[in-house]
Amino acid sequence: MSGGAGPAQGGLAGLAPMLARRLASSAVTLVLVTLVIFALANLLPGDAAQEMLGQSATPEQVAALRHQMGLDRPAALRYVGWIAGLVHGDPGQSLVAGMPVREIIAERLPHSLMLAGLTTLVAVPLALIIGMGAAIHRGGWVDRALNIGTLSLVAIPEFLVATLGVLVFSVWLRWLPSIALVSAEATWGETLRSCALPILSLTVVVVAQMARMTRAAIVDQMDRPYVEMARLKGAGTARVVLRHILPNAIGPVVNAMALSLSYLLGGAIIVETIFNFPGLASLMVNAVTSRDMPLLQACAMIFCGAYLMLMLVADVVAIVANPRLRAQ
Amino acid sequence: MGARVPHVRVENLRVLVPSKGGDIAIIDNISFAIGRGEVLALIGESGSGKSTTALAVMGWCRHGSRIGGGQIFVGETEISALSEAELRPIRGRRIAYIAQSAAAAFNPSRTIIDQVVEPALIHGLMSRQQAENKAVSLFRALSLPMAESIGNRYPHQVSGGQLQRLMAAMALITEPELVILDEPTTALDVTTQVEVLKCFKAALAQAGASAIYVSHDLAVVAQMADRIAVLKQGTLREEGPAAQVLENPRDAYTSSLLSAVRPAPVAAKAPCDAAPLLAIRGLVAGYGALRDGVPSVPVLRDISLELQRGGTLGIIGESGSGKSTLARVIAGLLPAAQGQVLLDGTPLPPAVAGRSRAQLRQIQMVFQNADTALNPAHSVAGILGRPLEFYHGLKGDAATCRIAELMELIRLPRDLIHRPVRELSGGQKQRVNLARALAAQPQVLLCDEVTSALDTVVGAAIMRLIDDLRRELGIATVFISHDIHAVSAFCEDVLVLYGGAPVEMASREVFNGASHHPYTRLLLSSLPAMDPAWLGRVQPPVPTCAAAQCADLCRFVQRCPVAVPGLCDRVAPPVHAIPGQRWLCHFAPTSVTERDQA
Repeated sequence: MSGGAGPAQGGLAGLAPMLARRLASSAVTLVLVTLVIFALANLLPGDAAQEMLGQSATPEQVAALRHQMGLDRPAALRYVGWIAGLVHGDPGQSLVAGMPVREIIAERLPHSLMLAGLTTLVAVPLALIIGMGAAIHRGGWVDRALNIGTLSLVAIPEFLVATLGVLVFSVWLRWLPSIALVSAEATWGETLRSCALPILSLTVVVVAQMARMTRAAIVDQMDRPYVEMARLKGAGTARVVLRHILPNAIGPVVNAMALSLSYLLGGAIIVETIFNFPGLASLMVNAVTSRDMPLLQACAMIFCGAYLMLMLVADVVAIVANPRLRAQ
Repeated sequence: MGARVPHVRVENLRVLVPSKGGDIAIIDNISFAIGRGEVLALIGESGSGKSTTALAVMGWCRHGSRIGGGQIFVGETEISALSEAELRPIRGRRIAYIAQSAAAAFNPSRTIIDQVVEPALIHGLMSRQQAENKAVSLFRALSLPMAESIGNRYPHQVSGGQLQRLMAAMALITEPELVILDEPTTALDVTTQVEVLKCFKAALAQAGASAIYVSHDLAVVAQMADRIAVLKQGTLREEGPAAQVLENPRDAYTSSLLSAVRPAPVAAKAPCDAAPLLAIRGLVAGYGALRDGVPSVPVLRDISLELQRGGTLGIIGESGSGKSTLARVIAGLLPAAQGQVLLDGTPLPPAVAGRSRAQLRQIQMVFQNADTALNPAHSVAGILGRPLEFYHGLKGDAATCRIAELMELIRLPRDLIHRPVRELSGGQKQRVNLARALAAQPQVLLCDEVTSALDTVVGAAIMRLIDDLRRELGIATVFISHDIHAVSAFCEDVLVLYGGAPVEMASREVFNGASHHPYTRLLLSSLPAMDPAWLGRVQPPVPTCAAAQCADLCRFVQRCPVAVPGLCDRVAPPVHAIPGQRWLCHFAPTSVTERDQA
């Protein structure tokens, strides 16, 4: 029980220290992530020098290039150099393209963010509607139909969804382009049209999980006495779900959504490949094959950072929605 | 009532639940009528259908059940003929509901005021501002503290008694013509219950609303009801004016309910002067880190007691008084910070982990809620077999044999042995829970609120069973209970805890007498009597000291009607003792009585 006097409103003022703590722990996590990424990148067999020169190169040539690229320095030294660069906002020089990593990423990141953002705009409302619809009609035919629908969507591999999408919308109906061309000159309308199929494919991948979690979180609340109380006050279904159940279900729902959405940046590789979309995920795969460690590490850091951000947002939303957590 | 048309008429009501072999009637052919402004009580045990009947009057059926026959009229409206959409404008507007547990019936994520004004807003009766003003005036009428601001809190920020009254405000804000109260004080302490009952009675009278009051507690019903309907297994056993049902019940079942409320005292054991079996000396315990031997959240302070072999000790007090904590300390689940627990003169290691298997076997605990204490997927044999193997190394035929004996001991049929626990009834589960403790063949049995989850009749049977076993097997028993009638009937000694301090310890003869610690007096005076005039008579004590809480002072000083400023809020109370009674107060119990009357 919080004190006697005054309106004991769990105000948002108490949120700041909590936010600071979470940010600090995210920073610590990021530091650990740099270690893991660096160690894993160094576990990859071969290096950029070997990949560039090919199999016919003599060991002397490889060693010379390695020295030129700085790859023969001790790992600890390379790690410190990398971190120092990161702190100053410079993730280094791409070994393969010979360009600053920052420039390469600056070109690709907006595309990925746009794709992820648009997919979120479509998928989140859709998942909420499907989840709430299924929960309200729990046990009825609407629920079963939505359940089977979402389950089948989860079960279909995304390359199949993307390919079928191309077959139907590009080949048969000829409505949408099969390749996502993104350029600075294109208008929003053109961009949307060219990105429609990638967005559709990604939405299919993430919406099912989110809808199922939404349904589960709402159903979990539906048998609570306060829901019966709301009904006996004369509240209609919409009011019961939106005003009474949703504030209590929002924590788990947002958490599930953050998990699903974190997939949209790094996990979009198959969709990016099929539609030849110039995003970050395909960039990272290229960096792996060419052993372009600075680029690879930078991409990995972006994905981890985005993941941590989403989790932080989910936690904050859950706390803001729950007065009991807020008071702590 | 004569020719007046009753306000609420229920005729031949049937409520059906679908099942594999066709519908089952859980309410069968119930009829009653309530005059305008009257309160009808529905009483019965759990499963008797009292809540189902009350909710059916709102057209609400739980868990897939439905009204399968009969008619319900509220005023001119035939509730039983309305669709869900037609019922919505009536629910919360003409008929309001007050639920059993306000803590569960309030939405934890929204402020109280939001929820209190909601019925008025849903039905478009007034603006939000008007509704909030009305809510504040209702809060005042229900004597809630800080009426202006209490609504800005969240449900977890107010006490249970306050929340129950806030729910009454939520029900009354639309000035309904009928209020349904579903066990509204069952979850409260007796002292809180008195205040809440007074508020409800005054508020209902002022609103002029008719009411259906669902309860299993006959003494509470006696205070509230004009008429009483007794239900058993979905059928109406008896219905009539409250005084007639309570004083001259026509039905045998009503008589058995009435007699279960006040169990007859059991014969005391011959006193023996042998060394005590269980002794507790200077016990201090609580939660959190220890500092100078005192935990940061102290719960129990300076408890000493003795229990003879085969003796019974009852521990009573409000929730939060430390009753269950004391049992946990004796069992070693919560290690004591100071003091000793001695068994047969030997100090026991404070924590369970430090005790030997033989020491563990000697002290067994029967937990409050058999539903959660027993794994629902395990069979009765599995649950009883485990302590037999652990403490006595019994396996195979020997164990089967002993399980059969135990089943006989707790008077359960032997063919239940292989049934999973979830298929048993509440009373059967509590018997298995008891048998699990008995399987260890303990010397001390700790019974923590073992009957509070059970109906009165079933609970009384469990108490009698424990008492018989204690006599037969010579087990010393500690009863923790908020049921003061049961404790004073079954226990040879009674310990009253307040705020973790032992305010009074008395033998049964003394306890059933008149002189008590002020807190014990408050507890006893808060027990509802069968007399319908009791609620009007009982006066909540007026505190005389506005002292701050301080560790060494009397814990009760803030609520005490006889505390003397300058003494009770300055000096720690001394322990007084006379044969058969020990108390923690500056004044002798007798003088308290005299002061009270002065």
